[in-house]
Amino acid sequence: MSTPSKSPAEKMRIATIWLDGCSGCHMSLLDIDQRLVAAANRIDLVFSPIVDTRTYPQNVDVCFIEGAVASEEDVEKLHLIRSNTRRVVAFGDCAVTGNISAMRNRFALQEVMQRSYLENATHQPRTPDRDIPHLFDKVRPVHAFIDVDLFLPGCPPPADAIFEVLSALLEDRLPDLAGRVRFG
Amino acid sequence: MTSNASIPPKPRTDVNPARIYTLRINGREDETILTVARQNGIDIPTLCHLDGLAERGACRLCIVEIQGSPKLYAACVTLVKQDMDVITDSPRIRDYRRKILELIFSERNHVCSVCVVNGNCELQNLAVKLGMTHVRYGYLNLTHAVDASHPRFSLDHNRCVLCLRCIRVCKDIEGAHTWDIAGRGIHARIISDLNQPWGESETCTGCGKCVQVCPTGALSEKGKSVAEMTKRPEFLPYLQMMRKEAEP
Repeated sequence: MSTPSKSPAEKMRIATIWLDGCSGCHMSLLDIDQRLVAAANRIDLVFSPIVDTRTYPQNVDVCFIEGAVASEEDVEKLHLIRSNTRRVVAFGDCAVTGNISAMRNRFALQEVMQRSYLENATHQPRTPDRDIPHLFDKVRPVHAFIDVDLFLPGCPPPADAIFEVLSALLEDRLPDLAGRVRFG
Repeated sequence: MTSNASIPPKPRTDVNPARIYTLRINGREDETILTVARQNGIDIPTLCHLDGLAERGACRLCIVEIQGSPKLYAACVTLVKQDMDVITDSPRIRDYRRKILELIFSERNHVCSVCVVNGNCELQNLAVKLGMTHVRYGYLNLTHAVDASHPRFSLDHNRCVLCLRCIRVCKDIEGAHTWDIAGRGIHARIISDLNQPWGESETCTGCGKCVQVCPTGALSEKGKSVAEMTKRPEFLPYLQMMRKEAEP
């Protein structure tokens, strides 16, 4: 991991994205609390579920990817991110291992759809067949599709670990995650 | 000692060095590399090993290098011998240990976040210890059954690492031999009695020793939810000590 360090005036361009996950990792990101305020004048959040932007910008320094990969649309997003981002962080267990999102992998997709949209539906049972991305048979982690620069496991990763990664990126050093993260 | 007393011949290590154990501790010469290393404060990671159980050499995480040999040896089942030069940590060993761990994680469905022993799991802790942040192999996503037929315990094959601690504790310590293994390779799995549901086992005494020694959430107590269970395998050396003391 090497990137020319930013001058203090130049803010680090950070993006976050939410694929197949529960947004818990983003919640944990917000759990950094007041330290986030202190870091806010050094970062520019250019793309995120909590930012009102639809298109992924170019020249992004870091992207935190929450969630596993379950559809062709997810893969398109990943390639868009990879080609416009210097460092990609697999953010949380779903991105790193597939985790909860991948628990459907032991069932056929048809069974999952049947169970979700027909058997358990109490109102207008119907399998969605248009306007939304077609799901893959198997959910897979981010690094199965694109190169990942840093893995940040945890369900969700603790706020301290996220802050350490953020600080390390701002200070242009390798994060020290020893004892700070684990699966689950 | 008289001058004509015969001098014991020096052990000939050149004849068959593997057979001559010159290291003795408390009159025993059957110490493994693992035992000696731990006695001397040298840490070797293990998964299938448990103090108080017979060694199995199943997980291979305790592999070490022995100078002069290209092979890697499982420290838990390799006896120390004279002039042995052992390396317990090297880039090569770390690489293989990590690969072994990744293969274990990829084989079954170890979803830590929804596991009964999340936070108290030996497999999960090993990932932290060995710096395994992700699995480079594809997950197999095989379907494995859960046997919840026992009134107090349940068996989740999805979380089993085939360390066989349950088999060893049931056979050697409890003396019931309820557990055994069926199938080979990727099809290997733990079975109770003659491959019948655990709850229908005629030999199971319900002692729960297997549950306490299981390193993961494969064997667990019923009624415990995510991250609610802690295993207490330390009863084992204690139990053995008490039994030994009770002997006439």
